[in-house]
Amino acid sequence: MSTPVIALMGAARVYEMGAERIEALRGVDLEVAAGEFLAIVGPSGSGKSTLMNVIGCLDRATSGTYAIDGIDVRDLDDDALADLRNKKIGFVFQSFNLLPRQTALDNVSLPLRYAGVSRKERHRAAELALSRVDLADRLDHRPDQLSGGQKQRVAIARALVTNPSLVLADEPTGALDQKTGNEIIGLFERLNADGVTVLIVTHDRDVAKKTRRTITIVDGRIDSDEPNVGAA
Amino acid sequence: MSLFEHLSIAFDSIRANPVRTFLTTLGVLIGVFSVILLVGLGDAVRAYVLETFAGVGSNLLQINAGRQETRGFRPSSGTTKNKLTMRDVEVLERRGFMLDGVSPIVLGSGELRVSELRRNVIVIGVGPDYVDLRNLEIGRGRFIDEDDVDHYRRSVVVGQTIVQELFGDKTSPLGQTIYIASTPFRIVGITKRKGKTFGFDMDDLAFVPATAAQDLFDLETVTHILARAKDRNTVDPAIAEVKDVLADARGGETDFTVFSQDDMMDMVNNIMGTLTFFLGAIASISLLVGGIGIMNIMLVSVKERTREIGVRRAVGARWADILLQFLVEAVVVSLIGGLLGLLLGFVTIRIVAHFQPDLPVALSLSNVAMAIGFSLAVGVLSGVFPALRAADLDPVDALRYE
Repeated sequence: MSTPVIALMGAARVYEMGAERIEALRGVDLEVAAGEFLAIVGPSGSGKSTLMNVIGCLDRATSGTYAIDGIDVRDLDDDALADLRNKKIGFVFQSFNLLPRQTALDNVSLPLRYAGVSRKERHRAAELALSRVDLADRLDHRPDQLSGGQKQRVAIARALVTNPSLVLADEPTGALDQKTGNEIIGLFERLNADGVTVLIVTHDRDVAKKTRRTITIVDGRIDSDEPNVGAA
Repeated sequence: MSLFEHLSIAFDSIRANPVRTFLTTLGVLIGVFSVILLVGLGDAVRAYVLETFAGVGSNLLQINAGRQETRGFRPSSGTTKNKLTMRDVEVLERRGFMLDGVSPIVLGSGELRVSELRRNVIVIGVGPDYVDLRNLEIGRGRFIDEDDVDHYRRSVVVGQTIVQELFGDKTSPLGQTIYIASTPFRIVGITKRKGKTFGFDMDDLAFVPATAAQDLFDLETVTHILARAKDRNTVDPAIAEVKDVLADARGGETDFTVFSQDDMMDMVNNIMGTLTFFLGAIASISLLVGGIGIMNIMLVSVKERTREIGVRRAVGARWADILLQFLVEAVVVSLIGGLLGLLLGFVTIRIVAHFQPDLPVALSLSNVAMAIGFSLAVGVLSGVFPALRAADLDPVDALRYE
C-alpha cells in the first residue's frame, strides 16, 4: 500500500490562554490516500479550522503525530514547515487572497518564487497551471479585472503550480454565488479526476456531498467519516 | 530567495504608493543634502579662508592691548587699562630689527560726503607700511605716506565702491575733497578692486593717516598694531623681540598680547568647527527624523499587508523571506531619499560654484560614498523593527486578519 498523503494519529491541539485551556482538537485519527476527494464539515467552533491549519502545516498539533506524504512534521523547524507548505500543499482560500497589484501570471508564480525557480521557468509553469483552470487568456489581468469565479480559479492555479501532494481548500465557494460555486466544485472534480488530491473544508453540506468522502467534526473529534454514495 | 527577487518585490510595493514613498524619503533627502553641503561647502570655505589668509602673509603679527595668557586669537576689545599708542608703533619701527613692516590700525566708521551724497563706511587709520602688509594694490594716485602720518594730514585713499557710489564714473575723484564726519579730506589715491571677502566689500573702505584718524575719532590710542616678521622662519624670534622692545619702552609693563597668523588660523578653525558642528547636528537630526518616518510608514505597511504576509507564508515564504522583504523595502526607500538628496546637493553645489567662482566647491567621490552609506544605515536601522514584526506574525493569525 502506498504512503498516505495525510496520516494523523491522536492529533490534539490545546490553546492555553492564561488560566484558560481550550481543547480545539481532542485526538483525531485520519488517513487520506493519494487521489482522494474529500470534505471536512462541521459547525463553526467545531475545530475544523484548527484541523485544516494542522493539516496545512500552518499550525502544529500539541500532541499526537502528523505525517504528510510520510514526512513526520513533529520535529521540523519553522523553515522546514515553510518548505513543506511550498512543495506539498496548495492552499485555496474563501476570499481568494490574491496579491492585488500583480497579474494572474505573477500571482500564480508566487509559490515558485519562494522555491527559487527562475523567472522564465515559473512563468512557463504558471501559464500551464492557468490553462488547467481555463484562464490561459487572462495571464496579464490583475485581480480587479477579474470576476469572483475567475479570481478563485487563479487562486486554484496558484495552488496547483507546484504540483503539490494536496490541495487544501478552505470554504472555496463561500464568497461566490451558487452557480459560480458549482463551477468551482466542478473544476475540483475535474482536477481530482486528473489525479490531484483535494480536501475541502466547508460548513456547507451541499458542497461536501459533491465529494466522495465526508468527515464530520464535532467538538474537536471526528463524529463521522463516510463515503458519499452517488457522488461524482 | 535571491536579493534580486527581494528588490523586485520592494519596487512593486513602492510603485503601488509613489506619493507616500516620496514623502517618506524627504527626511533622508534633507539629511543627506545637509551632509553633502556640510562636507562639500565646509571644506570649500575652510580652503578658501586658508587661501585668503595665506594671501595676507603668513608671517603677519598683530599686537593687541591687554594681556592674554591663553592661546587663541581674540580681537582687540579696547577695555584694557594700558592702551597701545603711536609711541609703541614708533618704538617698534625703530627697534624692531626682525620686522620688515609696522603699521598702526585705528578703526572707526564715519559718514563720507561729497556735495549732497552721503555714505557710511569703515574708516581705517593706517601707516605707510599697511599697503605692503595687506597686499593692497593702488590703482591711481598713491597710498598714505610718512609725511601724511607725521603731519596729521587730511589725506584719504578710497576703494572702488566708494568712488562709484559718490562720484559715479564721469569725474576723476583724485585730488577732490571729501568730507569724513564733516572734516574735509583730500583724495590722494584709489585702491584696485579687491572684491568681497565673507560677503564684506573690501572696496568700501577709506584709509586715512593713523594720526588723522586719532584726531577724527578723538583718540589717544590705536586699536591694534600690525607688524610682519621678515620671513616665516623668524616668526617666533620676531614675537619675542616685539615683546622685549615694547616691555622695555613701557617700563616693564607687559599688558599687551602678540598674535601670530597661527593664532588667527586657530580662530578660523574654531569658527569652522562650530559651523561644522551645527550643520552636522542638522544633518543628524534630519537623518534621525527621516529614519523614524520610514519606520512609521513601514509599520503601517506591515499592518496593511498582514493578509499578504499570511498568504506569502502559506505558499512557502520562510521567516527570513518576510524579514528581508520589508527590510529591503525600507533600505530602498531610504536609498531613494539619499540619492535624491545627493542630486539636490550636487545641483546646489553647482549653483554656488557658479555664483561664487572663488569657492573651491566640489562633490568628491567620498562624499557620494558617505551619502549612500548614511542612507543605507538609516534604511537598515529603521527597517529592522517593522521587518521583525512582519516576519514574526503567526501565519494563521495573519491569514485571518481583517
